Amino acid sequence: MITIVNYGLGNIRALVNIYNQLNIPINIAAQCDDLKAASKIILPGVGAFDYAMQRLEISGMRQILDEIVLHRHVPVLGICVGMQMLACSSEEGSLPGLGWMDGEVKKFNSSNLCHSMCVPHMGWNNIKPVKTNCLLKGLDRDARFYFLHSYYFKSNRNEDIIAVTDYNGEFACAVNSESVFGVQFHPEKSHKWGIRLLENFAKI
Amino acid sequence: MLFPRIIPCLLVKNKGLVKTVKFNIPKYIGDPINAVKIFNEKEVDELIVLDIDATLQQRGPDFNMIENLAAECRMPFCYGGGVTTIKQVQRIIQSGVEKVAISSSAVENPNLVTEAAECMGNQSVVVVLDVKKSFIGDKYEVWTHNGSKNTGKCPSEFAKLMERLGAGEIVINSIDNDGLMKGYDLALVEKIRESISVPLTVLGGAGSLQDIGQLIQKYGAIGAAAGSLFVFKGVYRAVLINYPNRKEKDELIKENYKIY
Repeated sequence: MITIVNYGLGNIRALVNIYNQLNIPINIAAQCDDLKAASKIILPGVGAFDYAMQRLEISGMRQILDEIVLHRHVPVLGICVGMQMLACSSEEGSLPGLGWMDGEVKKFNSSNLCHSMCVPHMGWNNIKPVKTNCLLKGLDRDARFYFLHSYYFKSNRNEDIIAVTDYNGEFACAVNSESVFGVQFHPEKSHKWGIRLLENFAKI
Repeated sequence: MLFPRIIPCLLVKNKGLVKTVKFNIPKYIGDPINAVKIFNEKEVDELIVLDIDATLQQRGPDFNMIENLAAECRMPFCYGGGVTTIKQVQRIIQSGVEKVAISSSAVENPNLVTEAAECMGNQSVVVVLDVKKSFIGDKYEVWTHNGSKNTGKCPSEFAKLMERLGAGEIVINSIDNDGLMKGYDLALVEKIRESISVPLTVLGGAGSLQDIGQLIQKYGAIGAAAGSLFVFKGVYRAVLINYPNRKEKDELIKENYKIY
Protein backbone atom coordinates (compact mmCIF):
# COMPACT_ATOMS: atom_id res chain seq x y z
CA MET A 1 0.00 0.00 0.00
CA ILE A 2 1.24 3.48 -0.89
CA THR A 3 1.05 5.66 2.20
CA ILE A 4 1.01 9.44 1.92
CA VAL A 5 2.43 11.17 4.96
CA ASN A 6 0.03 13.88 6.10
CA TYR A 7 2.02 16.20 8.36
CA GLY A 8 -0.06 19.22 7.36
CA LEU A 9 1.77 20.37 4.24
CA GLY A 10 1.42 19.49 0.59
CA ASN A 11 -1.37 18.56 -1.67
CA ILE A 12 -2.57 15.24 -0.28
CA ARG A 13 -5.91 15.26 -2.09
CA ALA A 14 -4.38 15.82 -5.50
CA LEU A 15 -2.20 12.73 -4.95
CA VAL A 16 -5.22 10.76 -3.71
CA ASN A 17 -7.22 11.74 -6.79
CA ILE A 18 -4.49 10.63 -9.17
CA TYR A 19 -4.02 7.24 -7.49
CA ASN A 20 -7.78 6.72 -7.35
CA GLN A 21 -7.94 7.41 -11.05
CA LEU A 22 -5.16 4.87 -11.61
CA ASN A 23 -6.97 2.31 -9.40
CA ILE A 24 -3.96 2.08 -7.13
CA PRO A 25 -4.83 1.66 -3.44
CA ILE A 26 -3.43 4.25 -1.05
CA ASN A 27 -3.85 5.40 2.48
CA ILE A 28 -3.02 8.56 4.36
CA ALA A 29 -0.91 8.56 7.49
CA ALA A 30 -1.54 11.20 10.12
CA GLN A 31 -0.10 9.15 13.00
CA CYS A 32 2.33 6.27 13.56
CA ASP A 33 -0.28 3.51 13.43
CA ASP A 34 -1.29 4.56 9.93
CA LEU A 35 2.23 3.75 8.67
CA LYS A 36 2.09 0.05 9.63
CA ALA A 37 0.81 -1.20 6.29
CA ALA A 38 3.08 1.05 4.20
CA SER A 39 4.99 -0.63 1.40
CA LYS A 40 5.74 2.76 -0.21
CA ILE A 41 5.85 6.21 1.30
CA ILE A 42 5.19 9.61 -0.26
CA LEU A 43 6.41 12.70 1.58
CA PRO A 44 4.69 15.65 -0.12
CA GLY A 45 5.33 19.27 0.71
CA VAL A 46 4.76 22.96 0.13
CA GLY A 47 6.44 25.22 2.66
CA ALA A 48 9.66 26.55 4.12
CA PHE A 49 12.26 23.99 5.20
CA ASP A 50 12.23 24.56 8.98
CA TYR A 51 8.46 24.84 9.09
CA ALA A 52 8.14 21.53 7.22
CA MET A 53 10.66 19.79 9.53
CA GLN A 54 8.83 21.15 12.58
CA ARG A 55 5.49 19.94 11.26
CA LEU A 56 6.91 16.47 10.71
CA GLU A 57 8.34 16.38 14.25
CA ILE A 58 5.02 17.55 15.71
CA SER A 59 3.17 14.84 13.77
CA GLY A 60 5.05 12.26 15.85
CA MET A 61 5.85 10.16 12.78
CA ARG A 62 9.50 11.14 12.39
CA GLN A 63 11.04 8.22 14.30
CA ILE A 64 8.95 5.49 12.74
CA LEU A 65 9.63 6.96 9.29
CA ASP A 66 13.39 6.77 9.99
CA GLU A 67 12.92 3.14 10.93
CA ILE A 68 10.78 2.29 7.90
CA VAL A 69 13.05 4.04 5.40
CA LEU A 70 16.52 3.42 6.82
CA HIS A 71 16.13 -0.08 8.23
CA ARG A 72 13.24 -1.65 6.35
CA HIS A 73 14.22 0.10 3.11
CA VAL A 74 10.64 0.85 2.13
CA PRO A 75 10.72 3.05 -1.03
CA VAL A 76 10.03 6.70 -0.29
CA LEU A 77 9.35 9.60 -2.66
CA GLY A 78 9.92 13.16 -1.43
CA ILE A 79 8.16 15.89 -3.39
CA CYS A 80 9.34 19.53 -3.54
CA VAL A 81 10.21 20.52 0.05
CA GLY A 82 9.68 16.81 0.77
CA MET A 83 12.70 16.14 -1.47
CA GLN A 84 14.69 18.88 0.21
CA MET A 85 13.90 17.34 3.61
CA LEU A 86 15.77 14.19 2.50
CA ALA A 87 18.99 16.21 2.69
CA CYS A 88 21.15 16.81 5.74
CA SER A 89 20.68 20.58 5.89
CA SER A 90 19.24 23.59 4.06
CA GLU A 91 20.30 27.17 3.57
CA GLU A 92 16.64 28.06 4.04
CA GLY A 93 16.66 27.10 7.70
CA SER A 94 18.73 26.04 10.67
CA LEU A 95 17.14 22.68 11.52
CA PRO A 96 18.82 19.48 10.33
CA GLY A 97 17.09 17.55 7.56
CA LEU A 98 16.16 13.88 7.61
CA GLY A 99 19.59 12.93 6.25
CA TRP A 100 18.19 10.04 4.21
CA MET A 101 20.31 11.19 1.27
CA ASP A 102 23.77 12.71 1.14
CA GLY A 103 23.21 16.28 0.07
CA GLU A 104 22.38 19.78 1.15
CA VAL A 105 19.84 22.33 0.04
CA LYS A 106 21.17 25.54 -1.53
CA LYS A 107 19.57 28.78 -2.63
CA PHE A 108 19.52 29.75 -6.29
CA ASN A 109 21.89 32.62 -6.85
CA SER A 110 19.64 35.32 -8.29
CA SER A 111 22.43 37.85 -8.88
CA ASN A 112 23.74 36.04 -11.97
CA LEU A 113 20.34 35.33 -13.52
CA CYS A 114 19.16 37.32 -16.51
CA HIS A 115 15.90 39.24 -16.35
CA SER A 116 13.49 36.58 -17.48
CA MET A 117 15.12 34.12 -15.10
CA CYS A 118 13.77 34.96 -11.70
CA VAL A 119 13.97 33.37 -8.30
CA PRO A 120 11.77 31.57 -7.34
CA HIS A 121 12.05 29.18 -10.27
CA MET A 122 8.34 29.11 -11.06
CA GLY A 123 6.55 27.33 -13.86
CA TRP A 124 6.87 24.47 -16.34
CA ASN A 125 10.32 23.23 -17.27
CA ASN A 126 11.81 20.23 -19.04
CA ILE A 127 13.78 17.54 -17.31
CA LYS A 128 16.79 15.73 -18.77
CA PRO A 129 17.35 12.17 -17.53
CA VAL A 130 21.05 11.48 -16.92
CA LYS A 131 20.63 7.77 -16.27
CA THR A 132 18.00 5.09 -16.67
CA ASN A 133 15.73 4.89 -13.69
CA CYS A 134 12.42 3.16 -13.12
CA LEU A 135 10.90 6.43 -11.83
CA LEU A 136 11.35 8.10 -15.23
CA LYS A 137 10.21 5.19 -17.38
CA GLY A 138 8.09 6.11 -20.40
CA LEU A 139 8.58 9.87 -20.16
CA ASP A 140 9.15 11.40 -23.58
CA ARG A 141 11.71 14.07 -24.46
CA ASP A 142 8.97 16.68 -24.35
CA ALA A 143 8.02 15.86 -20.76
CA ARG A 144 7.67 18.91 -18.57
CA PHE A 145 6.89 19.41 -14.94
CA TYR A 146 5.75 22.22 -12.67
CA PHE A 147 8.44 23.75 -10.47
CA LEU A 148 7.95 26.16 -7.59
CA HIS A 149 11.08 26.70 -5.49
CA SER A 150 13.88 29.07 -4.52
CA TYR A 151 16.17 26.34 -3.15
CA TYR A 152 17.51 23.18 -4.77
CA PHE A 153 18.94 19.87 -3.61
CA LYS A 154 22.68 19.65 -4.14
CA SER A 155 23.70 16.01 -4.08
CA ASN A 156 27.12 15.08 -2.70
CA ARG A 157 27.00 11.89 -4.72
CA ASN A 158 26.80 12.40 -8.47
CA GLU A 159 25.56 8.85 -8.97
CA ASP A 160 22.37 9.73 -7.05
CA ILE A 161 21.27 12.27 -9.68
CA ILE A 162 18.81 10.73 -12.15
CA ALA A 163 17.58 13.86 -13.95
CA VAL A 164 18.58 17.49 -14.20
CA THR A 165 16.80 20.68 -15.19
CA ASP A 166 18.38 23.71 -16.78
CA TYR A 167 17.78 26.99 -15.03
CA ASN A 168 20.79 29.10 -15.86
CA GLY A 169 22.84 25.98 -15.19
CA GLU A 170 21.74 22.48 -14.37
CA PHE A 171 20.46 21.34 -11.00
CA ALA A 172 19.27 17.92 -9.84
CA CYS A 173 15.51 17.75 -10.25
CA ALA A 174 15.22 14.02 -9.50
CA VAL A 175 17.44 11.91 -7.27
CA ASN A 176 17.56 8.30 -6.12
CA SER A 177 19.74 6.40 -3.73
CA GLU A 178 18.72 2.81 -3.00
CA SER A 179 15.07 3.05 -1.94
CA VAL A 180 15.01 6.83 -1.43
CA PHE A 181 13.63 8.98 -4.27
CA GLY A 182 13.11 12.72 -4.53
CA VAL A 183 11.68 15.09 -7.12
CA GLN A 184 11.92 18.87 -6.92
CA PHE A 185 8.89 19.43 -9.15
CA HIS A 186 5.25 18.69 -8.33
CA PRO A 187 4.20 15.48 -10.15
CA GLU A 188 0.73 15.78 -8.61
CA LYS A 189 0.34 19.07 -10.53
CA SER A 190 2.08 18.13 -13.77
CA HIS A 191 -0.71 16.68 -15.89
CA LYS A 192 -0.03 13.42 -17.79
CA TRP A 193 3.72 13.45 -17.15
CA GLY A 194 3.24 13.70 -13.40
CA ILE A 195 0.63 10.95 -13.46
CA ARG A 196 3.07 8.70 -15.32
CA LEU A 197 5.82 9.36 -12.78
CA LEU A 198 3.49 8.62 -9.86
CA GLU A 199 2.38 5.44 -11.58
CA ASN A 200 6.04 4.48 -12.05
CA PHE A 201 6.68 5.01 -8.35
CA ALA A 202 3.73 2.77 -7.51
CA LYS A 203 5.21 -0.01 -9.66
CA ILE A 204 8.67 0.02 -8.06
CA MET B 1 13.72 25.60 -20.75
CA LEU B 2 11.37 27.43 -18.43
CA PHE B 3 8.12 28.09 -20.31
CA PRO B 4 6.00 31.22 -20.02
CA ARG B 5 2.88 30.55 -17.97
CA ILE B 6 -0.53 31.09 -19.57
CA ILE B 7 -2.99 31.38 -16.71
CA PRO B 8 -6.79 31.63 -16.56
CA CYS B 9 -7.91 33.85 -13.72
CA LEU B 10 -11.38 33.17 -12.29
CA LEU B 11 -13.35 35.57 -10.10
CA VAL B 12 -15.73 34.28 -7.44
CA LYS B 13 -18.75 36.26 -6.23
CA ASN B 14 -21.62 34.79 -4.17
CA LYS B 15 -20.08 31.33 -4.72
CA GLY B 16 -20.47 31.65 -8.49
CA LEU B 17 -17.97 32.66 -11.15
CA VAL B 18 -18.26 36.12 -12.64
CA LYS B 19 -16.34 38.25 -15.10
CA THR B 20 -16.12 42.00 -14.66
CA VAL B 21 -15.37 45.02 -16.83
CA LYS B 22 -13.14 47.61 -15.12
CA PHE B 23 -13.95 45.76 -11.89
CA ASN B 24 -17.68 46.50 -12.40
CA ILE B 25 -20.80 44.88 -13.88
CA PRO B 26 -20.04 41.29 -12.88
CA LYS B 27 -21.49 38.87 -15.40
CA TYR B 28 -22.33 35.38 -14.18
CA ILE B 29 -20.23 32.71 -15.88
CA GLY B 30 -21.05 29.48 -14.06
CA ASP B 31 -19.98 27.13 -11.33
CA PRO B 32 -16.31 27.23 -10.17
CA ILE B 33 -15.88 23.45 -9.86
CA ASN B 34 -17.23 22.88 -13.35
CA ALA B 35 -14.83 25.46 -14.76
CA VAL B 36 -11.91 23.78 -12.98
CA LYS B 37 -12.93 20.42 -14.45
CA ILE B 38 -12.90 21.88 -17.94
CA PHE B 39 -9.54 23.57 -17.35
CA ASN B 40 -8.16 20.23 -16.12
CA GLU B 41 -9.06 18.65 -19.44
CA LYS B 42 -7.39 21.53 -21.25
CA GLU B 43 -4.20 21.03 -19.21
CA VAL B 44 -3.79 24.68 -18.27
CA ASP B 45 -0.43 25.84 -16.91
CA GLU B 46 -1.78 27.25 -13.68
CA LEU B 47 -5.02 28.62 -12.28
CA ILE B 48 -5.73 31.74 -10.22
CA VAL B 49 -9.02 32.01 -8.31
CA LEU B 50 -9.84 35.31 -6.61
CA ASP B 51 -12.79 35.71 -4.25
CA ILE B 52 -13.70 39.34 -4.99
CA ASP B 53 -16.36 39.60 -2.25
CA ALA B 54 -14.28 38.54 0.73
CA THR B 55 -12.45 41.78 1.55
CA LEU B 56 -15.45 43.98 0.76
CA GLN B 57 -17.67 41.87 3.03
CA GLN B 58 -14.91 41.89 5.65
CA ARG B 59 -14.94 38.13 5.88
CA GLY B 60 -12.21 35.53 5.68
CA PRO B 61 -11.63 33.02 2.89
CA ASP B 62 -14.28 30.36 2.22
CA PHE B 63 -12.20 27.34 3.24
CA ASN B 64 -14.84 24.87 2.17
CA MET B 65 -14.75 26.22 -1.37
CA ILE B 66 -10.94 26.37 -1.37
CA GLU B 67 -10.61 22.74 -0.27
CA ASN B 68 -13.02 21.58 -2.96
CA LEU B 69 -11.25 23.58 -5.66
CA ALA B 70 -7.79 22.43 -4.56
CA ALA B 71 -8.88 18.81 -4.60
CA GLU B 72 -10.26 19.19 -8.11
CA CYS B 73 -7.31 21.15 -9.56
CA ARG B 74 -4.85 19.02 -11.46
CA MET B 75 -2.79 22.11 -12.15
CA PRO B 76 -1.02 24.48 -9.75
CA PHE B 77 -3.53 26.61 -7.94
CA CYS B 78 -3.25 30.13 -6.55
CA TYR B 79 -6.01 31.40 -4.26
CA GLY B 80 -6.65 35.02 -3.23
CA GLY B 81 -9.37 36.93 -1.41
CA GLY B 82 -9.90 37.96 2.20
CA VAL B 83 -6.54 36.67 3.45
CA THR B 84 -5.61 38.73 6.52
CA THR B 85 -3.87 36.39 8.98
CA ILE B 86 -1.01 33.91 9.00
CA LYS B 87 -3.39 31.24 10.33
CA GLN B 88 -5.49 31.64 7.17
CA VAL B 89 -2.37 31.36 5.00
CA GLN B 90 -1.39 28.14 6.78
CA ARG B 91 -4.87 26.68 6.45
CA ILE B 92 -5.04 27.51 2.74
CA ILE B 93 -1.69 25.81 2.07
CA GLN B 94 -2.80 22.84 4.15
CA SER B 95 -5.88 22.60 1.93
CA GLY B 96 -3.60 21.74 -0.98
CA VAL B 97 -3.13 25.17 -2.53
CA GLU B 98 0.32 25.92 -3.96
CA LYS B 99 0.22 29.71 -3.74
CA VAL B 100 -1.64 32.22 -1.58
CA ALA B 101 -2.35 35.68 -2.95
CA ILE B 102 -2.40 38.64 -0.59
CA SER B 103 -3.75 41.98 -1.76
CA SER B 104 -5.47 44.46 0.60
CA SER B 105 -3.60 43.03 3.57
CA ALA B 106 -0.28 43.60 1.84
CA VAL B 107 -1.07 47.33 2.04
CA GLU B 108 -2.63 47.34 5.50
CA ASN B 109 -0.33 44.85 7.19
CA PRO B 110 2.83 44.28 5.10
CA ASN B 111 4.21 42.18 7.93
CA LEU B 112 1.81 39.41 6.86
CA VAL B 113 3.84 38.97 3.66
CA THR B 114 7.00 38.39 5.71
CA GLU B 115 5.28 36.03 8.14
CA ALA B 116 3.79 34.03 5.27
CA ALA B 117 7.14 33.76 3.49
CA GLU B 118 8.95 32.61 6.65
CA CYS B 119 6.43 29.87 7.16
CA MET B 120 5.55 28.80 3.62
CA GLY B 121 8.63 29.90 1.70
CA ASN B 122 8.55 32.89 -0.65
CA GLN B 123 7.62 30.68 -3.64
CA SER B 124 4.09 30.33 -2.24
CA VAL B 125 3.48 33.98 -1.39
CA VAL B 126 1.93 36.08 -4.15
CA VAL B 127 1.08 39.77 -3.89
CA VAL B 128 -1.67 40.99 -6.23
CA LEU B 129 -1.64 44.69 -7.08
CA ASP B 130 -4.77 46.21 -8.59
CA VAL B 131 -3.58 49.26 -10.48
CA LYS B 132 -5.43 52.22 -11.96
CA LYS B 133 -4.28 55.40 -13.67
CA SER B 134 -5.13 58.63 -11.84
CA PHE B 135 -7.46 61.16 -13.49
CA ILE B 136 -4.83 63.84 -13.22
CA GLY B 137 -1.33 63.21 -14.41
CA ASP B 138 -1.82 59.65 -15.67
CA LYS B 139 -0.07 58.32 -12.61
CA TYR B 140 -0.36 54.61 -11.77
CA GLU B 141 -1.74 53.93 -8.30
CA VAL B 142 -2.46 50.79 -6.26
CA TRP B 143 -6.12 50.30 -5.36
CA THR B 144 -7.64 47.79 -2.90
CA HIS B 145 -11.07 46.51 -1.85
CA ASN B 146 -11.97 45.34 -5.33
CA GLY B 147 -10.97 48.65 -6.89
CA SER B 148 -12.92 50.89 -4.53
CA LYS B 149 -10.14 52.25 -2.32
CA ASN B 150 -7.16 54.24 -3.56
CA THR B 151 -3.98 53.74 -1.54
CA GLY B 152 -2.11 56.37 -3.55
CA LYS B 153 0.88 54.03 -3.64
CA CYS B 154 3.17 53.77 -6.64
CA PRO B 155 2.92 50.19 -7.98
CA SER B 156 6.57 49.74 -8.91
CA GLU B 157 7.83 51.00 -5.56
CA PHE B 158 5.24 48.94 -3.75
CA ALA B 159 6.11 45.83 -5.77
CA LYS B 160 9.76 46.33 -4.88
CA LEU B 161 8.89 46.62 -1.20
CA MET B 162 6.76 43.47 -1.40
CA GLU B 163 9.64 41.54 -2.92
CA ARG B 164 11.92 42.71 -0.13
CA LEU B 165 9.36 41.63 2.47
CA GLY B 166 9.11 38.12 1.04
CA ALA B 167 6.74 38.00 -1.93
CA GLY B 168 7.81 35.34 -4.42
CA GLU B 169 5.58 36.56 -7.23
CA ILE B 170 3.85 39.80 -8.12
CA VAL B 171 0.56 39.77 -10.04
CA ILE B 172 -0.17 43.12 -11.62
CA ASN B 173 -3.81 43.65 -12.48
CA SER B 174 -4.87 46.64 -14.59
CA ILE B 175 -8.27 47.92 -13.47
CA ASP B 176 -8.47 50.24 -16.51
CA ASN B 177 -8.00 47.34 -18.94
CA ASP B 178 -10.03 44.72 -17.05
CA GLY B 179 -12.58 43.00 -19.27
CA LEU B 180 -11.96 45.24 -22.29
CA MET B 181 -10.01 42.55 -24.17
CA LYS B 182 -7.98 45.20 -25.98
CA GLY B 183 -4.55 44.10 -24.82
CA TYR B 184 -2.36 44.41 -21.74
CA ASP B 185 -1.10 47.75 -20.43
CA LEU B 186 2.47 47.21 -21.61
CA ALA B 187 3.75 50.49 -20.18
CA LEU B 188 2.66 49.33 -16.74
CA VAL B 189 4.27 45.92 -17.24
CA GLU B 190 7.56 47.58 -18.20
CA LYS B 191 7.58 49.71 -15.04
CA ILE B 192 6.99 46.72 -12.78
CA ARG B 193 9.28 44.28 -14.58
CA GLU B 194 12.30 46.51 -14.23
CA SER B 195 11.70 47.13 -10.54
CA ILE B 196 11.53 43.51 -9.31
CA SER B 197 13.49 40.29 -9.75
CA VAL B 198 10.83 37.77 -8.68
CA PRO B 199 8.41 36.28 -11.26
CA LEU B 200 5.77 38.63 -12.60
CA THR B 201 2.29 37.72 -13.78
CA VAL B 202 0.26 40.22 -15.79
CA LEU B 203 -3.53 40.38 -15.69
CA GLY B 204 -6.07 42.71 -17.25
CA GLY B 205 -6.89 43.31 -20.87
CA ALA B 206 -5.84 40.22 -22.85
CA GLY B 207 -8.25 39.78 -25.76
CA SER B 208 -6.39 37.34 -27.97
CA LEU B 209 -3.50 34.91 -28.00
CA GLN B 210 -1.57 37.59 -29.90
CA ASP B 211 -1.75 39.80 -26.83
CA ILE B 212 -0.14 36.99 -24.86
CA GLY B 213 2.40 36.43 -27.64
CA GLN B 214 3.38 40.08 -27.46
CA LEU B 215 4.08 39.75 -23.75
CA ILE B 216 6.16 36.60 -24.24
CA GLN B 217 8.12 38.24 -27.05
CA LYS B 218 9.18 41.04 -24.79
CA TYR B 219 9.54 39.33 -21.43
CA GLY B 220 10.12 35.61 -22.11
CA ALA B 221 9.11 33.37 -19.23
CA ILE B 222 6.49 35.72 -17.83
CA GLY B 223 3.07 34.83 -16.42
CA ALA B 224 0.32 35.88 -18.84
CA ALA B 225 -3.04 35.74 -17.08
CA ALA B 226 -6.49 36.43 -18.50
CA GLY B 227 -10.12 36.25 -17.47
CA SER B 228 -12.44 37.19 -20.35
CA LEU B 229 -10.23 35.59 -22.99
CA PHE B 230 -10.66 32.15 -21.43
CA VAL B 231 -14.34 32.37 -20.49
CA PHE B 232 -15.93 34.20 -23.43
CA LYS B 233 -16.13 33.44 -27.12
CA GLY B 234 -17.02 35.87 -29.91
CA VAL B 235 -18.06 39.53 -29.99
CA TYR B 236 -21.26 38.87 -28.04
CA ARG B 237 -19.25 37.46 -25.16
CA ALA B 238 -21.02 34.12 -25.07
CA VAL B 239 -19.83 32.09 -22.12
CA LEU B 240 -17.53 29.33 -23.32
CA ILE B 241 -14.61 28.11 -21.28
CA ASN B 242 -11.65 27.82 -23.65
CA TYR B 243 -7.87 27.57 -23.64
CA PRO B 244 -5.30 26.94 -26.37
CA ASN B 245 -4.49 23.26 -26.84
CA ARG B 246 -0.92 22.03 -26.42
CA LYS B 247 -0.07 22.48 -30.10
CA GLU B 248 -1.47 26.01 -30.27
CA LYS B 249 0.26 26.94 -27.06
CA ASP B 250 3.62 25.52 -28.10
CA GLU B 251 3.38 27.33 -31.43
CA LEU B 252 2.55 30.60 -29.73
CA ILE B 253 5.58 30.20 -27.48
CA LYS B 254 7.85 29.08 -30.31
CA GLU B 255 6.92 32.09 -32.43
CA ASN B 256 7.51 34.59 -29.67
CA TYR B 257 9.97 33.22 -27.18
CA LYS B 258 13.44 34.22 -28.33
CA ILE B 259 15.49 31.60 -26.51
CA TYR B 260 13.25 28.75 -27.72
